[in-house]
Amino acid sequence: MSFDLWVLLVERGWGFALLRGATVTLAVGLLGMLAGIIVAVPLALLRWRRLPIFSQAVDGYSILVRGVPGLLVIYLLFFGSIEWVQRLATAFGYQNSADDAYPFVIGVVAIAAISCAYSIEVFRGALEAVPVGLLEAAKSLALPNHVTFFRVTLPIALRLALGGLNNVWQMTIKDTSLVSVVGMQELMRSAAIAAGITRSPLLFYCAAAGMFFALTAISQTLFSHTERFFNRGFSRG
Amino acid sequence: MELDLVTYAVPFLLVGAKITLLISVFGVALGLPFGIALAVIRASKHRMLSRSADIYCAVFRGTPMLVQIFVIYYGLGQLSAIRSNPVIWWIVGDSLHAAILAVVLNTGAYTAEIFRTALLSLPRGLIEASQACGLSVWSTFRHVRFPLAVRQALPAYSSEVAIIVKESSLASTITVLEITGYAKRLMSETFAIMDIFIITSAFYLMMNVISLTSLKLIERKLSFDK
Repeated sequence: MSFDLWVLLVERGWGFALLRGATVTLAVGLLGMLAGIIVAVPLALLRWRRLPIFSQAVDGYSILVRGVPGLLVIYLLFFGSIEWVQRLATAFGYQNSADDAYPFVIGVVAIAAISCAYSIEVFRGALEAVPVGLLEAAKSLALPNHVTFFRVTLPIALRLALGGLNNVWQMTIKDTSLVSVVGMQELMRSAAIAAGITRSPLLFYCAAAGMFFALTAISQTLFSHTERFFNRGFSRG
Repeated sequence: MELDLVTYAVPFLLVGAKITLLISVFGVALGLPFGIALAVIRASKHRMLSRSADIYCAVFRGTPMLVQIFVIYYGLGQLSAIRSNPVIWWIVGDSLHAAILAVVLNTGAYTAEIFRTALLSLPRGLIEASQACGLSVWSTFRHVRFPLAVRQALPAYSSEVAIIVKESSLASTITVLEITGYAKRLMSETFAIMDIFIITSAFYLMMNVISLTSLKLIERKLSFDK
């Protein structure tokens, strides 16, 4: 058995295929999360300021995406975009490169769309949790609005958002596995291909599970260190 | 959106909704007691037991459910010991049963986390008081700790129920035709991607609204200040 393992994972190179898949998973997760946060912060601000129509639109988006399965969002983005992306690429003569990059780009967009909806809620909650007294103190010092925002509200809100962002990240890294369903070559897809060719699904899916577990465990420790760093000087609880 | 499309898609999605509902109901009915049992084991003083329950929860919370469902459905079938055992094979060999098993195992880990924090948050004095009254460990749990913990856990558990409804969509990856499975089929059949998405999300949102409102009602019924 251990001999078989060595042959399968190292000599036939499936272990490296899985590792390559894991890096793609990590890349998609990080890029999706980053893009999600970049979009989520202004949207959360709109929601927080209760700007009449925008606020409802943001709410609607967030409720919709958080209410339906991630798989469905991925299907929408993939099947919904494949036609015009191809038309666009053919028109500009990039047929081949579009075929290669397409799953990755849409995968990142899909993951970003999902994580963004959750991040909006996290940032909104954090902005609302900033103590009113601090804002009143800033006002009594006659600080201009933008100074209050960038020097008082935002730093405190970001610190409060860290715990929630950790949850969103854990969810995002797990959600990347869903993109495998539409053919992106990440960890889960590599495991499925290896399982299909070698006819040992148990081994390869367990290996994929182990790699996902390593990813989440490592990021969990990183996050708790960061949280401890930013919470120094604050009493716990 | 044409009316034709709606009248064409809705009957299919209703059939799918039945399966989604089936998976979710089993997920709650089996996953809730399983999760509570896990939470109690994790809080127990028996080191070995609580340790292994901790590991179980960490593994199931740390890996995607897609991997879990594939390990159960594709992976376990590889072992001849499982194929030859009729009871286990009845569960693992059928795609619907495997999906339900995956949902139960997955939600159990999350439910255990919810109930563990609820059990930990109980005031120490109440438990000491019940011990001082001479209640046995079981009576303390049955009459003091559990009823209080349920009230603590319910808000978090209601979002877990919404997650179960969403996670049941992964059954479509192992050929179970529930809402998402039918949605994918309809998308590739009609090419009306956006329209099908909107109809399908309406189904999911409706299910979530129903489950969240019913849990809110239970919450209100259990709360002290009526």
